[in-house]
Amino acid sequence: MSEASADSTPAQALAAPQSLGDLFWTFTRMSMQGFGGVLAIAQRELVERKQWMTREQFVETLSVSQVLPGPNVVNLSLMIGDRHFGLRGAFSALAGMLLIPLLVVLAITALYAQFATHPMVSGALRGMGSVSAGLVIATAFKLAVTLRRGPMGVPLSVLFGAVTFVAVGLLRWPLVWVLLALGPIGIALAWHRIRP
Amino acid sequence: MTAWFTTHSWADIGSLFAHFLMLSFLAIGGAITTTPEMSRYLVTERGWLTPPEFTASIAIAQAAPGPNVLFVAVLGWNVAGVMGATAAMAGILIPSTALSLWATRWGQARKETRGVRAFTAGLAPITIGLLIATGWVLSGPAAGHIGAMALVLGTVVMMIRTKLSPMWAVAVGAVVGALGFA
Repeated sequence: MSEASADSTPAQALAAPQSLGDLFWTFTRMSMQGFGGVLAIAQRELVERKQWMTREQFVETLSVSQVLPGPNVVNLSLMIGDRHFGLRGAFSALAGMLLIPLLVVLAITALYAQFATHPMVSGALRGMGSVSAGLVIATAFKLAVTLRRGPMGVPLSVLFGAVTFVAVGLLRWPLVWVLLALGPIGIALAWHRIRP
Repeated sequence: MTAWFTTHSWADIGSLFAHFLMLSFLAIGGAITTTPEMSRYLVTERGWLTPPEFTASIAIAQAAPGPNVLFVAVLGWNVAGVMGATAAMAGILIPSTALSLWATRWGQARKETRGVRAFTAGLAPITIGLLIATGWVLSGPAAGHIGAMALVLGTVVMMIRTKLSPMWAVAVGAVVGALGFA
């Protein structure tokens, strides 16, 4: 399966988490690779490696995760866990996402004061920040191909994507207002384009 | 700055918890969007943290593995040790978690309906636009530095063209940065 192709795993060929432990450890491994944020790793793990979701499903779940309050990857983990194993699945996925990383972060915090001013440490952090940016951009490209087949179509998708990018990325308008302004219009357009 | 368990009274811990509970409802786009209010409460109103302690907490969590929301635990820890971290994280997570679980069950039961399909399809381009915006903002510090921009572009190419683990990119970034090339 090509990384950048528009075809991701057909829905009937999808795998699924085997157990609560599978959920916990998969989300732990995902989270522990998430330097600077987990989203890019989540897409890679869930869609490409574990094949628990198609790219389309990932974008759908992410869309809902983002309009709800709370961290998007936390909401994502809850939704995926809940789908497969109900409430215990939701909390297994959540625990995977948060528990071990939390212990690591607190350990780093305790040691932080000693290392913070070392130039190699701040240099390494800067380098890792650049890599983080690249990971997010790559994820955006990979997911963008799913828009070709959606009801919105390419021209509208490009338009809404571009307006969102300008509003949030360039103009730095608050996300809530951008969502409130663009979301209902996009949803209304999609509504009309989907055959009843 | 901190004791291990707590340096504050139970009333303070309760107030911390309650404040983060409230912020959870407002955290559309993630907890990071509520940091101005967190700063106002923790630094200005309560004086529990200094401004450098506040920003350092966020930076640590962003550099460390895991979701960036863990910065809330770092803030709580710096205020009041284990109890502070627990109160802050529980506060920031409980309302949004409950809402998400309700929403996903409601949506999953109706996912073939035109309404739900229109909801996710209509939002999809906006979601991707947001991702690009995030990548753009994260690239900001790299602007103007050849080495940093090379790291950004190299990572994009590596992730799209190969199946290598992102950990390789992170390791290269750390080494290149530590050596002063980015």
